[in-house]
Amino acid sequence: MRGGAGLSVSNPLTESTAHELVEKFRSGAATPSAATRAYLDRITALDPTVRAYITVTRERALAAASAADERWRTGRPKGPIDGVPTAVKDVLCTKGVRTTCGSKILERFVPPYDATVIERLEAAGAVILGKTNMDEFAMGSSTEHSAFFATRNPWDLSRVPGGSSGGSAAAVGADLAAAAIGSDTGGSIRQPGAFTGTVGLKPTYGRVSRYGLVAFASSLDQVGPLTKDVADAALVLRVIAGHDPLDSTSADVPVPDYAAELSRPIAGLRIGVPKEYFVEGMDPEVERAVREAIEVLQRLGATAEPLSLPTTDFALAAYYLIAPAEASSNLARYDGVKYGSRVASAKDLIDMYSKTRAQGFGAEVKRRIMLGTYALSAGYHEAYYAKAQKVRTLVRRDFEAAFSRVDVIVAPTTPNVPFKLGEKEDPLAMYLNDIFTIPVNLAGLPGLSVRCGFSLASLPIGLQFIGRPFDEATLLRAASAYEQATPWRDRRPSLG
Amino acid sequence: MRSAAKDYETVIGLEVHAQLLTRSKMFCGCPTTFGAAPNSQTCPICQGMPGTLPVINRRAIEFGVRTALAFHCTINPGCRFARKHYYYPDMPKNFQISQYEEPLAEHGWLEVTVDGQERRVGIQRLHLEEDVGKLIHDGPLETARSSLVDFNRSGVPLMETVSEPDIRSPEEAAAYLRAFRAILLYLGVCDGNMEERSLRCDANISLRERGETGFGTKVEIKNMNSFRNVQRALEFEVGRQTEALARGERLVQETRLWDADRGYTRSMRSKEFAHDYRYFPEPDLVPLTMDRARVEEIRAGLPELPADRRQRFMRAYTLPAYDALLLTQSRALADYYEAAVREFARPKIVSNWIMSELLREIPADDEKALAASPVPAKNLAGLLQLIDRGTISGKIAKDVFEKMFRSGEDADTIVTREGLIQVADTGALAAIIEQILAANPKAVLDWKRGKKAAAGALVGHVMKATQGKANPGVVNSLLQEKLSQL
Ligand SMILES: [Zn+2]
Repeated sequence: MRGGAGLSVSNPLTESTAHELVEKFRSGAATPSAATRAYLDRITALDPTVRAYITVTRERALAAASAADERWRTGRPKGPIDGVPTAVKDVLCTKGVRTTCGSKILERFVPPYDATVIERLEAAGAVILGKTNMDEFAMGSSTEHSAFFATRNPWDLSRVPGGSSGGSAAAVGADLAAAAIGSDTGGSIRQPGAFTGTVGLKPTYGRVSRYGLVAFASSLDQVGPLTKDVADAALVLRVIAGHDPLDSTSADVPVPDYAAELSRPIAGLRIGVPKEYFVEGMDPEVERAVREAIEVLQRLGATAEPLSLPTTDFALAAYYLIAPAEASSNLARYDGVKYGSRVASAKDLIDMYSKTRAQGFGAEVKRRIMLGTYALSAGYHEAYYAKAQKVRTLVRRDFEAAFSRVDVIVAPTTPNVPFKLGEKEDPLAMYLNDIFTIPVNLAGLPGLSVRCGFSLASLPIGLQFIGRPFDEATLLRAASAYEQATPWRDRRPSLG
Repeated sequence: MRSAAKDYETVIGLEVHAQLLTRSKMFCGCPTTFGAAPNSQTCPICQGMPGTLPVINRRAIEFGVRTALAFHCTINPGCRFARKHYYYPDMPKNFQISQYEEPLAEHGWLEVTVDGQERRVGIQRLHLEEDVGKLIHDGPLETARSSLVDFNRSGVPLMETVSEPDIRSPEEAAAYLRAFRAILLYLGVCDGNMEERSLRCDANISLRERGETGFGTKVEIKNMNSFRNVQRALEFEVGRQTEALARGERLVQETRLWDADRGYTRSMRSKEFAHDYRYFPEPDLVPLTMDRARVEEIRAGLPELPADRRQRFMRAYTLPAYDALLLTQSRALADYYEAAVREFARPKIVSNWIMSELLREIPADDEKALAASPVPAKNLAGLLQLIDRGTISGKIAKDVFEKMFRSGEDADTIVTREGLIQVADTGALAAIIEQILAANPKAVLDWKRGKKAAAGALVGHVMKATQGKANPGVVNSLLQEKLSQL
């Protein structure tokens, strides 16, 4: 019997980072099967409390792990993460494994194909443990908007893990996966990364294929890793990044060996500190931690200079027109005709559409569909959608101007530490969580969140690095240098 | 006081959708072949599955450019796809990827001939989009208990071409469509089959008082599945609108459906088409930049088009304009003609035979039937050579042609087997003529008294006696000779 009451589920394997696990596989100190079983045991014991996973693919994971065992035993690993137990946000299509997007309308949807990111993970040997919880269709910042259940923050179970990739972030934060994949449209990797003290990386728009990523807002969505440390983020990004002929918006830009970049010092790196990212009303503990982090970076040889991104204030408004507009279009296909749920009692086609959608979508999704439909409708299109696109151009220009002077921008990931479940019932209060992450999506830039301390209540705080397009290497290098120079990595939540 | 009946001018614009003959669909790799088992030619992309993304079919773009160049359009340096939203179960994403503000090409024209008069009809825009699937209802739509959907056609590339409102009569509309279709077939970008819906046409029609420059109330007509029906529907609509205006009624802007069985158009509830399509640029596709050099390459590779070929036929074969127009209506027919002329170099005779015999059997625009004609061009030429050499008469040749068409055999085979070779042997004919003269003393007498027409009756007797195989020229001269000797 496994996972029984009182049995300790803490295990050196589940406490290892992905790169540490790979070293153990290489040396023979551990096998992918042992690691996978350790994670599955821990999920059995702790996930009823954390609730990170919607679906655990136990049998598939064990089969994949045993194949990885064989490859390591014969000294022929498939790739840099061969055998690493990995969780995947339930927004990425997995062939034969249901993909719900946290929505009732896709509760029974089993995709007939794998997302490109899934193919690349498996081609590199990753062992997929299961599919993680999320705000419905990635719309939300707390994972409370999942149609199934809320995920808890491993650092304080009464608090949210952030969102929408809250399941993936909580899984990594609670050692329920060695690494995880999330998606980020307005902060959905970085904000839960900050809230769970994990490393969350949103790559440049076009860096990672979106093929098989169930779309929320196509011009903003990106897939990226949530990991235990920066080195792991570098490993996973290398595996999933790169041009994909199936995604016309994916860029044909070479993928560097990110891990090899990490050891390069950051002396001389020019850091910009945008004044608009230190706003009134933000948590003073967050501000203090971020300011201290900037001092650490300076001690490491970086130079810091203040700068201004004046359009920051308009970014949130522009985002809440563009993202819902695209969402209203992307979600039109959930009509009960082809897949997913269909209401049986409809009297005609229109009735089937409206009942299926009324019952299949949650309140937040409906709110955004209505907002987006309105923003695109005749007579309002110019005033809303078109104007928001103009703001988007200005936001991008702000960043371009900034990056003519600095190499990387450093800012808080979120204005606050994790909040309590049910605390933010007003949608606007929830949206304000993303004011520091949204401009990065509008500009299509890479952004990374790394743990930079704890509040007095022992809640993690996130430091955000924002880089030039396709310059994830600099973000990873700066974040890694910071991580190595500070003690924050050593703390873990006390879950058992 | 009511004035006398006013003189109205008809104003028509046409929107034509053409399915492109690419091997794969517009945004995925599925095949486009017609008639496969339902949903067998689909993939997650053309089924609109969550997470899928479109990828532009380069070949479809090339077909679009090729057509736009043939229509003398300006190819826009950049173009972009946009999403057009409306809910219908045959459309898996509930939006169609089309083009809106930035189409592939604009501002072209098409030459149309009506009653020997040539006119240019302007082309407003040409753009590409994806087709929708097909619904199969369990019984009539209104009472169907269930409906099935076949996505085989979903995602097939469509090219939409919108004309300017330059067309002035239903007949001219039909002529526009014929010229349009001919060009598509010459370019090989569409099979032009209206019954199978690979070519579809909607029309906008309004009337205005002659001399007016503004436009009257526009009515859109849908559901016309042949050129003939387009013309009929428009003729009906001209009559309906003229009568309504004469009665002093106000016309409403609406969409009307053509009912081919009953021969009239009926109004669709306007609600059904009150769509706000909420267009916005397709974020899953990047804007397309047209490479000028590539466009020029495509232009250089354009085949000879109907108008040029018509001119050349008049020039090179000294054909009358009528023949040249008819023979260049489809690429297959023009090819047939030229192949026949290569084997038998008397262009007007070939033209006559094609127009009177071949086109009696095969419609001039039926490319497939022409290409597969049981009398290939080479065999027609063979038949004409037999006439030319005097082996058979022109009259018999017409019967031979019919037999060739039914059996697929060549002229020689039929003529030899059936003993149809003309008797030109003067010895044999002389003997027959002697007999005929002996048997018809009255006719001989008439001739001697100066009734020269009597000779015709005697020739007829000879032909009859030889079952038409006698060479009429030889018979005539032999007969004259004998008669004058008497
Ligand atoms: Zn397909």
